[in-house]
Amino acid sequence: MFDERKLDGIKSSLNKWKKNNVEKAISEFPERKGKFTTTSNIEVKRLYTPLDIAEMDYEEDLGYPGQYPYTRGVQPTMYRGRLWTMRQYAGFGNAEESNRRYKYLLEQGQTGLSIAFDLPTQIGYDSDDALSEGEVGKVGVAIDSLKDMETLFDGIPLEKVSTSMTINAPASVLLAMYIAVGEKQGISPDKLRGTIQNDILKEYIARGTYIFPPEQSMRLITNIFEYCSKEVPWWNTISISGYHIREAGSTASQELAFTLADGIAYVEAAIKAGLDVDDFAPRLSFFFNSHNDLFEEVAKFRAARRLWARIMKERFKAKNPKSMQLKFHTQTAGSTLTAQQPDNNIIRVAIQTLAAILGGTQSLHTNSRDEALALPTEDSVRIALRTQQIFGYESGVTETIDPLGGSFYVESLTNEIEDQAVKYIETIDALGGVSKAIENGYIQKEIQNAAYKYQMEVEAKEQVLIGVNKFIVEEEAKKDLLKVDPQVELKQREKLAKLKAERDNIKVDSSLELLKEKASTDENLMPYILEAVKSYASLGEICNVLREVFGEYEQSVIL
Amino acid sequence: MDRPIRVLVAKPGLDGHDRGAKVVARALRDAGMEVIYTGLRQTPEQIVAAAIQEDVDVVAMSILSGAHNHLFPKVVNLLRGEGADDILVIGGGVIPDDDIPGLKDAGIEAIFTPGTATSDIIYFINNNLKR
Amino acid sequence: MNIEERLLAGDKRACARLISMLENNDREAFELVKKLYYKSKGAYVIGITGSPGSGKSTLTDKLTKVLRKANKKVGIIAIDPTSPFSGGAILGDRIRMNDLSLDKDVFIRSMGTRGSLGGISKATRGAVRVLDIFGCDYIFIETVGVGQSEIDIVKTADTVVMVMVPNMGDDIQAIKAGTMEIADVFAINKSDLDGADKTKLELEMNLDLNEEKSYRPPVLKVAAGKNQGIEELIMSIMKHKRYLEESGELKNRRIRNNKQELIELTQDELIRIIMEKAVEKDLLDKLAKEVTEKNLDPYTAKDTIVNLIRS
Repeated sequence: MFDERKLDGIKSSLNKWKKNNVEKAISEFPERKGKFTTTSNIEVKRLYTPLDIAEMDYEEDLGYPGQYPYTRGVQPTMYRGRLWTMRQYAGFGNAEESNRRYKYLLEQGQTGLSIAFDLPTQIGYDSDDALSEGEVGKVGVAIDSLKDMETLFDGIPLEKVSTSMTINAPASVLLAMYIAVGEKQGISPDKLRGTIQNDILKEYIARGTYIFPPEQSMRLITNIFEYCSKEVPWWNTISISGYHIREAGSTASQELAFTLADGIAYVEAAIKAGLDVDDFAPRLSFFFNSHNDLFEEVAKFRAARRLWARIMKERFKAKNPKSMQLKFHTQTAGSTLTAQQPDNNIIRVAIQTLAAILGGTQSLHTNSRDEALALPTEDSVRIALRTQQIFGYESGVTETIDPLGGSFYVESLTNEIEDQAVKYIETIDALGGVSKAIENGYIQKEIQNAAYKYQMEVEAKEQVLIGVNKFIVEEEAKKDLLKVDPQVELKQREKLAKLKAERDNIKVDSSLELLKEKASTDENLMPYILEAVKSYASLGEICNVLREVFGEYEQSVIL
Repeated sequence: MDRPIRVLVAKPGLDGHDRGAKVVARALRDAGMEVIYTGLRQTPEQIVAAAIQEDVDVVAMSILSGAHNHLFPKVVNLLRGEGADDILVIGGGVIPDDDIPGLKDAGIEAIFTPGTATSDIIYFINNNLKR
Repeated sequence: MNIEERLLAGDKRACARLISMLENNDREAFELVKKLYYKSKGAYVIGITGSPGSGKSTLTDKLTKVLRKANKKVGIIAIDPTSPFSGGAILGDRIRMNDLSLDKDVFIRSMGTRGSLGGISKATRGAVRVLDIFGCDYIFIETVGVGQSEIDIVKTADTVVMVMVPNMGDDIQAIKAGTMEIADVFAINKSDLDGADKTKLELEMNLDLNEEKSYRPPVLKVAAGKNQGIEELIMSIMKHKRYLEESGELKNRRIRNNKQELIELTQDELIRIIMEKAVEKDLLDKLAKEVTEKNLDPYTAKDTIVNLIRS
C-alpha cells in the first residue's frame, strides 16, 4: 500500500525512535506490563506504523462501502443515509405485559421490535408442562398458542414494524404464528419484515435451547429458507449468531470463526436441499457481540464482512452481491456487566455501543445496567436506549463512513483476526465440518478453555474488572429490581386450559396428525405447521409431534 | 481420612447458560475435588437422585433464568425427604439480592452471584462441609 | 435401621455410602462387607471399554434400558480419569444416562481413577461387591479409554465389550497394542458413519488369526445414538455368558479374578502396615537419602523396611 523506499525509510526511523526515545523512557519509567494484549490475547504493540500494513492492497482488501469485499461497510452511505435500527430485546411475563412494553419502546423512539421468549417457549414446552415449572414468563414472554401471539401484537400494525424474534429450535412455529397474526390484521406475508434467529448450531455450541437432533433441525431450517424465499420475501430467515458463543467465553476471533463456520454449514445444507445460493443467501443475517476492547471489536466487525464476502464469492460462487454482504445485528456484551456498582455498566455499554457503530452494525441492542441482577427495569432500558441515541445524534461518529479505516492499528488487527478465524475454519473443515466439530466437542472445548483462562486471569487480577477485583466498595442490597409476578405462570396455564376447551379440537387433531405424517417425508413442513398454528394447536403440541418423529438431541459435553 | 470432596454440579431448569457451571466445575477439579457434572435441564428429582447415588458432599446448582426461587428450595426439600440433609447445598447465577435471604432460609447455604471468584466458592466448600 | 439393613432393603443412600467407604479404604466398610458377602447372588459383570469418544456411555445407557425391559436390576460404575496435577476429576458420564437416574432399579456411580497404583481396580471391585449385595442382576463397568489401567479394570468383568468407531486411528492402535485379546464382544458404534464395514472387516481378519480358540468374539455394528443394534448386542453378551457358564469358564474367570483381588488386598494391607511404621520412624526419607548418597544399596534398604513388619 506504500512506496517501497518510503517503507525502508520508516523502518530505519522507527528503529531510531526505539533506540533514542523508547529505550531511554523505559529505562526511567518501565511500562505498566511486560506484554500488552487484547482481551482475546492478541499481542498489542507499542506503536503501529505503515510497516504493519505494508502488504495490504487498498482496493482488494478494503475497497469502498457497498462494494466487495465490504470491509468498510455494506451500504454506500451507511449512517449518513439512515442510522442503525435501535432494537431493544424485550419481553417478560405474559403477552399483555410485553405488549405494553413494546408500545412504550415504540413511543420512546425505538425503531424495531425484538421479542424475548421465555425458556419453555424456546424449548417447545407449553406453560402447563412439568418441565416449565418456575420458568414461565421469566426470561421472556410466554407464548403457548396463536392466541397469545395475537395479544402480543395487539394494536401494533405489522406492516409498519420490523420484528426480530429470538427463537431457534421452534422457529418455524413462531414464524407461522407471526404470519397468522399478519393475516388476521389483513397484512399479506410479503409485507412482513423481520428476523428469526433460527440458528440451531450455536444452540448446540453455546446457548443450550435445542430440541431436535442436528439433521432434523437443519431440515426445518432449510424448509424455512425455501418457504420464505417464495412467501415471505422480506423476512431474514436466520440470524447466525456469534453473540452467545462470545457470552460462553470465547475470544473475538473464536466468535468470528465459529459463527462463520456455522454460516458455511447453513449454506451447504441449503445447497444440498436443492436451493440456489443466490436465492437464499441475501436473507442470511448475522448477530455479533460487542465487547469492551474497542479496537479489537471494530476490527472483528470489519474482518467479519471481508471474510464472509470472500467465502461467499470464492467458496460458494455466489453471483449476487447481496449474497456476499454480511449484515449484522449487535448486542452489547451481557457477560461484561457486573452486579457490583451496576451504574458502571452504563459506561461499559457506551464503549460497546461505540464499537458497534464504528464497526458498521445494521441494528443494535444496548444492555441495561441492571442485567447482572435481574430483568431490566423500564428506567434502565430507557438509559440503554438513550445511549444509542446520544451516539447517533450527538457524537458525530456517524457523519463519515468507517472512520477507523486506515488506522495502522485497526487495519493490522483486522488482518490478524481474519487470519485467526481462517485458521479455525480450516481446522473445522479438516474435522469434517461444524456438526462433527460440535459432536466431538472441539468447538465447545476451545470456548471453555478461553472462558476458564479468562476467569483465572480475573482472579489473579491480571484482567482488571472495576468494582469486582479493583476499586471495590461496600454496597447495599439492590432494590427496585423488576420481578415477574409469580401469578403469571398460573394465569398462563389457565388461559391455555381455556383455549384447549374452547377451540375446535377435531381440527387441531387432524392438523397435528397431518403434520406428523408429513414430518417423516421430505416435504416442506412450513405449510403444515402454519395450518396447525391456525387451528390453535399449542406450541407444545406441535413440538411434541415433531419430537415423536425426530427424537431429541443429547448434549455433547466435554470438559 | 484423606479423600476428595465430591461435588455435584448441576443446572436445574431450562436455561442453557452453562459457562459459569463449567468454569466452576473445572476450578473445583483443579482444587482437587471430584466433580460430577450432569449437564443441562435437570429436574430437581434427577439432581437429588444423582446426589444420593454419587454420595456427594456438596450439591452446587446454577440458574440464570430466574427460576431459582422455585427450583433451589425444591432440591433441598427433596434431599431432606431422602434423609440426605448432610449434603451442603449451594447455588449461583443471576439472583437478586432480595431473594437471597429467602433462599438461605430454605436451606441453600450460600448464593454466589456474578463476579464471585471461584476461589471464594472453593473456600466456602472447604469450610462448610457437613460431614 | 443401620446401614446393613438399609442396604439389604434396597436403600440407595446406604449403597452409595458403602461404596464411598470402600473407595476411601474405610475399615468399617471392610467389616460390613465381611458380613454381607454371603448375601450376594453373583451379579453378572459387563465391562464396557473403548477409546474416548466412542460412545460408551450412550451405549451403556441403551443396554441398560433393554435389561430394564426384562425387569433386571442394573448397576453402572462409570470411571473417568483423575487429574494427575490436582487429584480432582470431572466425572461426566451421567450426562448420557440422566433419564436412568430416577429408575429405582438402576444405580449409577461415577468414579475417578484417583492416584494410587491399582487403586481404581480395587475400588471398582469394591463397588461391584456392594452393588451385588444391593441386589443388582447386572453390573456395567465403563472405563475411560484403552490404556493399561482400563485393561486391569475390565479384567474384573465377566464379559468385556470393546467399543470402536469406524475410521479411528485409535482402534488400529488398540489392535496393535494387544488390547484385542481382552474383548469378548466387539461393538462398532456409530456404524451409520462411513467405514463401519471396513473396520468390521479388519477386526474379523485379526480374529481369523486366533482361529484355534473355542470362542470367537462376534463383531457387531451398532448405532447407540439411534438405538440401532442394541438388542443384537445384548444377545451377543448373553451368548457369551452362556458359553462361559456351560464351559465352566465363568467359574475359572471368577477364581482368577478373586485370586487377583486377594493379591491386591494383601499387598495393600502389607504396604499400609509397613508404611505406617516406616513413616512413624521417618524411615523412608532417611533410607532414600542414604541410597542417593550411596551409603546404602536399595535392596538392603528394602530389607530394612520389610523387617519392620516382623517387629
